[in-house]
Amino acid sequence: MSSTVATPAAEPRTNYLNVDYGWKSWVFSTDHKRIAIMYLITIAFMILVGGSFAILVRLELATPAGDLLQSETYNKIFTMHGVVMVFFFLIPGVPAVLGNFLVPIMIGAKDLAFPKINLLSYYVFLVGILLTLTAAAMGGIDTGWTFYTPYSSTYSNGQVALAAVAVFITGFSSILTGLNFVVTIHKMRAPGMTWFRMPLFIWAHYATSLIILLSTPVVAITIVLVALERLFHVGVFDPTYGGDPVLFQHMFWFYSHPAVYIMILPAMGVISELISAFSKKRVFGYPVVAFSSLAIAVIGFFVWGHHMFVTGQSTYAGVVFSVITMLVAVPSAIKVFNWVSTMYKGDVWMTTPMCFAIAFIGLFTVGGLTGIFLGTMGLDIHMHDTYFVVAHFHYVMVGGMVTAFWGGLHFWWPKMFGRMYPENMGRVSAAIIFIGFNMTFFPQFILGYMGMPRRYHFYPEEWQVLNLLSTAGATLLGIGYLLPMVYLPWSLKFGKVASKNPWGAKGLEWETDSPPTTFNFDKVPVVTEEAYAYPEGARHQPEAKVV
Amino acid sequence: MSSNHPHITPLKTYFAVFATLIVGTWLTYWVAYKDFGWLNTPVAMAIAIVKAGVVVLYFMHVKWQSKLTMMFAAGGFIWLFTLFAFTLQDYWTRDWMPIYK
Ligand SMILES: [Cu+2]
Repeated sequence: MSSTVATPAAEPRTNYLNVDYGWKSWVFSTDHKRIAIMYLITIAFMILVGGSFAILVRLELATPAGDLLQSETYNKIFTMHGVVMVFFFLIPGVPAVLGNFLVPIMIGAKDLAFPKINLLSYYVFLVGILLTLTAAAMGGIDTGWTFYTPYSSTYSNGQVALAAVAVFITGFSSILTGLNFVVTIHKMRAPGMTWFRMPLFIWAHYATSLIILLSTPVVAITIVLVALERLFHVGVFDPTYGGDPVLFQHMFWFYSHPAVYIMILPAMGVISELISAFSKKRVFGYPVVAFSSLAIAVIGFFVWGHHMFVTGQSTYAGVVFSVITMLVAVPSAIKVFNWVSTMYKGDVWMTTPMCFAIAFIGLFTVGGLTGIFLGTMGLDIHMHDTYFVVAHFHYVMVGGMVTAFWGGLHFWWPKMFGRMYPENMGRVSAAIIFIGFNMTFFPQFILGYMGMPRRYHFYPEEWQVLNLLSTAGATLLGIGYLLPMVYLPWSLKFGKVASKNPWGAKGLEWETDSPPTTFNFDKVPVVTEEAYAYPEGARHQPEAKVV
Repeated sequence: MSSNHPHITPLKTYFAVFATLIVGTWLTYWVAYKDFGWLNTPVAMAIAIVKAGVVVLYFMHVKWQSKLTMMFAAGGFIWLFTLFAFTLQDYWTRDWMPIYK
């Protein structure tokens, strides 16, 4: 290393980052914080992979003719976009990065309950990625991320079996993480950290972990059955062997609907933290928000048939699933109303994380409410498999989960790395993301309502204006996402050194060093107050505001 | 964490469970050759459930665990039951509407 590197004014204390620089200290680390950083780097890489597939999709759809890609290639591209983004970014994004880093710190523990299992989950995840990328390189898969049978099990010529094994293995990575969180939250809370003193981020991760534990094994088994049918012609889903393709959809959506809550619940936990910290107020109706996470987790298990209204499911079952789908909107709405009520009369401080949080509330509300449209049986017959569905889940997943991910990453960045990110750059990128996102996906609602089906690489000419708008928006959105990927690493070296608690926020994570020591706290913290115990009428301190 | 005293199960119990499983397997084989009409599947399932229960309780030590662990173990089975129940509410109601006939 060069000897002219400037040293910061004060020599930093030993922390989890500078305690050891050897590569072995990273790849064999059982420190939950280091594992979180490894996940962050891996997931950032997967965002770039999945994002480049998205760019290809939007480029193809810029013109009505299918000119850029062959239809087979296009099928493979949107499948890879879905598989990579769903299994390698949306599902692990918040829990494996922010959750891994923060769950032990927020409850005052030294580490997760099973540090070695935590490391194992990372390597299992890595194996899943390698297999998926191998499947992509060896010819790819063209089934869509949903792997619907009998196409996937019988007719598709792609690397379905390999991709199935990859998804199966990746599932175990989330199961291990979920198991770790459940045991940690039950067993390792600091003295005084009662259940109703836990931050809502922890409640959200607890609910998410329960969903992971109860549903992921089902998709693992389902995907194994697809592979078995493909390789050995065991009759499960293919009618020619005596199977039933609709059974696949039941088993697949038993996991994959709850999976959207695996993606969004931790994001909602992040938003509760951000809204409270930057409004300087306790989250309005704290116990109700905590229980709404559990309610979403439980009710979310009984709505899966809303993906099957037009695929041969009985009308009676459709009605039952439709009614329960309306019910799951209640706890989601509770959260939205309570976040807004938290901001009311609070000292709202528009930092970058808060900009993302407010964007989340708007985008999630649009995404959630359009879900009600699709959960309505009659309307779904018109909108099924159109761009309306694509727009709906991108509003929930990208507008919701990804926005919350960026918000959380900025919020806890000073804690994770001890440096501040450039605040104005952050606000600019939040604005670009918000505008770019709406430009990309709002036209897709209109296109879908007009009947443009998803998963085709050409379309009638009269839809070009809206599609071009969407492609232009996607470009803007891409720039918005690339900006933090540049200035966040930049801030590691050039950012202002962060104090323990740059936001003046409540929570155990703000009482330890930035970045924390390997075991998080010098001595076991004792919790004596509720979560978010901001005094009545609290205001942000002027010196904290100059960030 | 140190309050978890591992339960030591006498070997006798393990052999008894092993014997139960062997008898159960033999019973499954035996009933497979009998015709009980519509009871065929329920009978086979009942034997399988007893065998699985013995494994979970004794081999997997759930019998000596805390209430919380038992709840989690039971939760898995309750959720499996909901998967079956809500899937069957589709299959068993398909002929309620004339369109499916
Ligand atoms: Cu769903």
